[in-house]
Amino acid sequence: MNNSLIIGQYVPGSSIVHKLDPRTKITIIFVFVFIVFFANNLPSYIIITAFALAAMLASRVPVRFIMKGLTPVWFLIIFTFILHLIVTNEGTVLIEIFNFKVYSGGVIQGFAISMRFFLLILVTSMLTLTTTPIEITDAIEDMLHPLKRFKFPVHELALMMSISLRFIPTLMQETDKISKAQASRGVDFRTGPIKERIKAIVPLLVPLFVSAFKRAEELAMAMEARGYQGGEGRTKLRELKIGQRDIWIYLLFAAVVASLFITRAY
Amino acid sequence: MDITFKDVSYIYQRNSPFAHKAIDHLNLHIASGSFVAIIGHTGSGKSTLIQHLNGLAVPSEGEVTIGKYRLTPDKKPENMKELRSKVGVVFQYPEHQLFEETVGKDIAFGPRNFGTDEEETKRRTKEILPVVGLSDEFLERSPFDLSGGQMRRVAIAGVLAIKPEVLVLDEPTAGLDPRGQKEMMEMFHRMHQEQNLTTILVTHSMEDAVKYADHVIILNNGQKYMEGVPEEVFVQKEALNKVQLDVPEMVRFLNQFEERFGKSIPFHRQKVKEMAALIYDRLKGDETP
Repeated sequence: MNNSLIIGQYVPGSSIVHKLDPRTKITIIFVFVFIVFFANNLPSYIIITAFALAAMLASRVPVRFIMKGLTPVWFLIIFTFILHLIVTNEGTVLIEIFNFKVYSGGVIQGFAISMRFFLLILVTSMLTLTTTPIEITDAIEDMLHPLKRFKFPVHELALMMSISLRFIPTLMQETDKISKAQASRGVDFRTGPIKERIKAIVPLLVPLFVSAFKRAEELAMAMEARGYQGGEGRTKLRELKIGQRDIWIYLLFAAVVASLFITRAY
Repeated sequence: MDITFKDVSYIYQRNSPFAHKAIDHLNLHIASGSFVAIIGHTGSGKSTLIQHLNGLAVPSEGEVTIGKYRLTPDKKPENMKELRSKVGVVFQYPEHQLFEETVGKDIAFGPRNFGTDEEETKRRTKEILPVVGLSDEFLERSPFDLSGGQMRRVAIAGVLAIKPEVLVLDEPTAGLDPRGQKEMMEMFHRMHQEQNLTTILVTHSMEDAVKYADHVIILNNGQKYMEGVPEEVFVQKEALNKVQLDVPEMVRFLNQFEERFGKSIPFHRQKVKEMAALIYDRLKGDETP
């Protein structure tokens, strides 16, 4: 199992970020993703960075855990930075190595773009880190509700989403289990020529598919046995409710957006 | 092969909020050729322990020695494959690992991976089927057409065909019918004696442990809780109850017998027949003509 990737993992907690209505979180993150691209000078960058960092700290998820979880992404961020260093030819020349010039514009540009990238990933991973998959699908179902008028299968979509999210850990466990069993029978997944390693996947995939199909069948049967007939007339155990907390956060976020648009350069 | 755990700890997802110590400073020794039962409540670290036996898990701290192979936190031995050919592991619900088109090919999968030549592999495949209680005609059938119990037998055959020196069994009889359970345990016991194996049985069943094991290790929260020969470990009712385990049926029976008739019969892992004779002896004196 790959333990270093945290995107999509939920860390239980009771911080203010955990307690927000999932719809609030989704809306704010959705808007945030857009406004990140409007930041274009130092003050505006400071504002969005401060917001993202504040959200991270407020979530009480250990910072080290988040940073470690972003390791695969760091590579992309650094790559972006270097790319900008190379291709931008604006501003003054800072260093000259052989015939290659590093411009001040390149450094600034590279820094700004990698920062955007980092903030986008940080904020979006905050959603999954602090919200259970069930809450997310509930929120999406609720937010897509208006589409029902156009015969869009909102409930079915949400159900499919929650089932697939629910079974990701199960499938990962299963993969872990079967790969261990096959490793005990002498399969080597890690070393050897690439052709052999690809061949080694077959003893892993076949049992995985067999059990996934079996599980799907069992789940369908269990749902029918408990009277499931689709979303018509179904009520919810946990109703989503926008509370006072959410309103304050919306206001705070509105202030962030407003100050961003005031400070940014035109 | 002798197996030794020296101050072994294993931590899942180290340095994350999910960090979890599955094994906690465990020390144990399993002598070559013994039949050892490892018993513990769910989450006591049994499954993690057995993964150390063939290098699927490497200790986070401490050292595991299996014969001449050593597992330490910083390095895996280069001859891992060799180790795995000597330690056969039958995981829980092993039927989930079947994948080949025919039973024969699936059984041959392990030996082939470990470089056994074709002729020998064929011979072993043929030999092993009757051992697990299946007939020759199964060789050409698809493993996915078999019943659950038959699939289990095929999967076990696949591990036995590797001809390991140490056989690790993780609840091999879970989910089988009572008769199948008995047959399977008898089969493992026979294999153990005939082939001079070192067998490690992870189980919930006190009855199986009493019947087959000559050494018992009880785990609790990743630590060794009790250890010894079955007749000593299994009579300690209070200690066992504390870790949500119970004494075997036979011991329970003897306790009640003593309560009712005021006569104690020491527990020596007697067979049912011997026990009946003993009880008859004890009660005979009471009969007033």
